[in-house]
Amino acid sequence: MYVIIAGGGKVGWNLARELIDKGNEVTLIESRRTRYLTIEQELEHAVQYCDATELWVLERAGIQRADLCIAVTGDDEDNLLICQIAKEKYLCERIIARVNNPRNRSWFELLGIQPAVSATDLILRLIEHEVPSYGLVHLLDLRDEQLEIIEVEVTQHSPAAGKSVQEMDLPDGSLIISLLRDGKGFVPKADSLIEAGDEVLLVLDPGLEDAITARFAPADRDAA
Amino acid sequence: MFILIVGAGRVGSSVARSALAAGHTVSVLDEDPLSHERLEVGMDRTWEEAGGRFTVGHGMEVDALTEAGIHEADVFIASTDGDNTNLTISQIAQKHYEVEKVIVRVMDPARAAWYQEQGLHTICPTQHAIEMFTSALGEIG
Repeated sequence: MYVIIAGGGKVGWNLARELIDKGNEVTLIESRRTRYLTIEQELEHAVQYCDATELWVLERAGIQRADLCIAVTGDDEDNLLICQIAKEKYLCERIIARVNNPRNRSWFELLGIQPAVSATDLILRLIEHEVPSYGLVHLLDLRDEQLEIIEVEVTQHSPAAGKSVQEMDLPDGSLIISLLRDGKGFVPKADSLIEAGDEVLLVLDPGLEDAITARFAPADRDAA
Repeated sequence: MFILIVGAGRVGSSVARSALAAGHTVSVLDEDPLSHERLEVGMDRTWEEAGGRFTVGHGMEVDALTEAGIHEADVFIASTDGDNTNLTISQIAQKHYEVEKVIVRVMDPARAAWYQEQGLHTICPTQHAIEMFTSALGEIG
């Protein structure tokens, strides 16, 4: 696979190194002279000194034959435009953009730049997963397919506690795919009982999070 | 017309003053509070007294764009000193806020030409300079 990486920061440099180790051909483009010189000592001809937002730079790097273009500079506008040009002008099949400021994520979506990866978002997800008080945790978002897989812990006074799966009356577009109890997971049947403390995995259409939280982990006013 | 100008450098601030003098509603958005002074160069009253609006903020921030009045804007001008910022915010103005007329400054002729083909109204000062230098050389013989 031939991969072009724009931005030789920590992410870009390490990505280049890993991808080269796995046998891929890589060109890394870095626009800061001193940074380029440092990287060049290790990666040699696999790094170029230039501004990857310029068309001739991408062409010289061989964007027309690239299988994947990754934009991981520290600037969201740069990442967005590099991926937009790679995808729409040079018809590069796969792109990956880094989102530095999570508030800009919606602009990447607006302009069709997907996937857009934000380290801040990933860490927030991890915090959600580690801190159960958040209630509902996104495990997987399939944006193109308009599906998501979430996990929710059944609270002590939840209306779900003690009910069977078929009694749950879930909204259309949601399905329980697994129950986790005492560290073990199983695929429930219609008559399987849900207990307080269970972690329930569901597949959902986006937008049903509130309805699901209300059924399994409603805000507990009495306990407060 | 309501004209929103993002980036009040030499170009943006001059365009803002002319538009205001021509009787338009003009709102300027710039990251640098000092650019407000540039707006008032050559004016005998403050920018606000003359009827202008000024907001401090970045052209990709939803709050700043809202405060600057993007929802009412008929014309959006992207004239910051960064091509990539201009190209990004102008597409946001066009596709998300559906501003009717979007004009964007792009210094790089190659990208100005390509984005023009994609439906943006680009203005490339570099291209104008190239043509004027070439023509001036032609006159010398």
